[in-house]
Amino acid sequence: MSYDLPFITIQILTGLTNAMFIFLIASGLSVIFGVQGIINFAHGSFYMLGAYMTHQCVSLFIHSPHRFWAAVVLAPVVVALFGGLIERFLLRRLYGREELTQLLFTYALVLILGDVIRIFWGIEQFSVSRPPVLKGAVEIFGQFFPKYNIFILIMGPCVAFLFWFFMLRTRWGRMIRAAAQDRETLNALGVNVNRLFTVVFILGTWLAALGGALVAPATSIKPGMDIDVIITAFVVVVIGGLGSFWGTFLGSIIVGIVYSLGILVFPRLSIVFIYVIMILVLIIRPWGLLGRPLTLER
Amino acid sequence: MTKIEKWTVLAILIIIALIPVYGSRFFVFLFTDILIFGLFALSLNLLLGYTGLVSFGHAAYFGIGAYTCALLIKKAGIDFMLSLLAAGLFGAVGALLIGFFCVRLTKIYFAMLTLAFSQIIWAIAFKWNALTGGDNGIMGIDFPPYLDSKVKFFYFVLVVFTTSLIILRTIVNSPFGRVLVAIRENPARTEFIGINVKRFQLLAFIISGFFASVSGGLFCMFNHSVFPSFCNWSMSAEVLIMALLGGIYNFFGPVIGAGLLLYLRMESTSFTAYWPLILGTILCLLLFFFPGGIAGFVQDRFQKWRAAK
Repeated sequence: MSYDLPFITIQILTGLTNAMFIFLIASGLSVIFGVQGIINFAHGSFYMLGAYMTHQCVSLFIHSPHRFWAAVVLAPVVVALFGGLIERFLLRRLYGREELTQLLFTYALVLILGDVIRIFWGIEQFSVSRPPVLKGAVEIFGQFFPKYNIFILIMGPCVAFLFWFFMLRTRWGRMIRAAAQDRETLNALGVNVNRLFTVVFILGTWLAALGGALVAPATSIKPGMDIDVIITAFVVVVIGGLGSFWGTFLGSIIVGIVYSLGILVFPRLSIVFIYVIMILVLIIRPWGLLGRPLTLER
Repeated sequence: MTKIEKWTVLAILIIIALIPVYGSRFFVFLFTDILIFGLFALSLNLLLGYTGLVSFGHAAYFGIGAYTCALLIKKAGIDFMLSLLAAGLFGAVGALLIGFFCVRLTKIYFAMLTLAFSQIIWAIAFKWNALTGGDNGIMGIDFPPYLDSKVKFFYFVLVVFTTSLIILRTIVNSPFGRVLVAIRENPARTEFIGINVKRFQLLAFIISGFFASVSGGLFCMFNHSVFPSFCNWSMSAEVLIMALLGGIYNFFGPVIGAGLLLYLRMESTSFTAYWPLILGTILCLLLFFFPGGIAGFVQDRFQKWRAAK
């Protein structure tokens, strides 16, 4: 293996592509934590469900050339609505209880959804073919880089920007940020906080499922992908700062790059690096790189 | 401890001790498992129920204990009992190093830091092939000559379990244990009356780590092998569920939880491959309908019955 510049460039681009996938998932996790104070373990399950749904939609529209795009639009919406139902009818009943109770409920969802997916789709692996426009690769410094990855590299920041715009420049975004600060005052001001929470949960779930839909052509869809991703997303959110939007973006890039470059230097230890970063951040700045320390007891 | 409680516990221990006489080999196997995990869950509950610290990485110490025991036996040829003791001490040292950082954080951040550290332990077990055997683990750990049957090993586990139970019970009833409860109820006020909260939390962390490692060492011998999954986060979650299922505000709750969960798992594997689905459903029912766990539920009913009388 040679460590010349083109090779490293490709490796960094691959790391950035992974970072974008991680970002989509972690941003949903972060917004749900920021507003509702819930660490949603089931987030990885919604991601996995998004990937399976994409596979399902693609095989449903098998004769259409645009089947992948249809699936990317449809699958996350279906999963998000499903997430909304869970929030509305189950999770809502646990608000006001200890954090541990809510956390364990989402863990119960991980167990249940993982098995439900096994029951519906079995344990075989699926793959979704890339849309015709994005097949093949482009040459960068004499190395080949998949077109689909370039699409993801563009998609990631676009979603980040849209999300940021939604949070900072729209009425709903303003209410969501207000709910993160002080939900009681917001309630007193006449905003239906319960409904807001459902919207936030749907939004977060949609982001996870979108991540699942977009990752579908780049990986194999199989049981266990929920567990793999949730821990990574979790690490990202902790590094960037729980509830901090740009922190999540930064955390994703750090984790993506460290992982892909770490593999070159210490193939076995690259996963350890990520946990070490997480521990260092937690010890030095428990609220994350771009997060704010929690001063008020809620 | 009330008199009724004391006699009930003694009676249950005697019933368990007589299992090899009247029970089948299946029950000897099941109860060895239950006692080991019961000890693991008890050790967790010293943090969870008594000190109010949610450790999400308790499998780390279970794993440290199991691997220490396995490595000392396989690579250094040291006797099992000595290895078990060493496993406990190693776990305590590990808990000291990790706990030193963790007790500086509170609540959710504490939970996450414990999780991160346990993931490091898991990554070492999973990736350091030369020492830990990586994904394949370490296999072929045989019973020592003086514990050459499953029944003998069962009695050994029972003795270790009972001794640990008595020690832990003494600890939680001592002034030290009372301070832990005070910390759980209100850390700020406990600090105000001149108690070094962090130091007490760290001590609880170390004691908890010691017993978790001992249970890990026992489990290594019970399984005749160790695997990275012993220190994975799903193991941490499982022991947490055991403690909650039994009830964390009762000393014996975690043991009841371990017993019920392991029994259900053994029964369910004979007719379904979907144990996680069952476990998830149990967990949901528990969270929605029995927030105090089984022991909490029974205690509640008992008190109501008494009040009515």
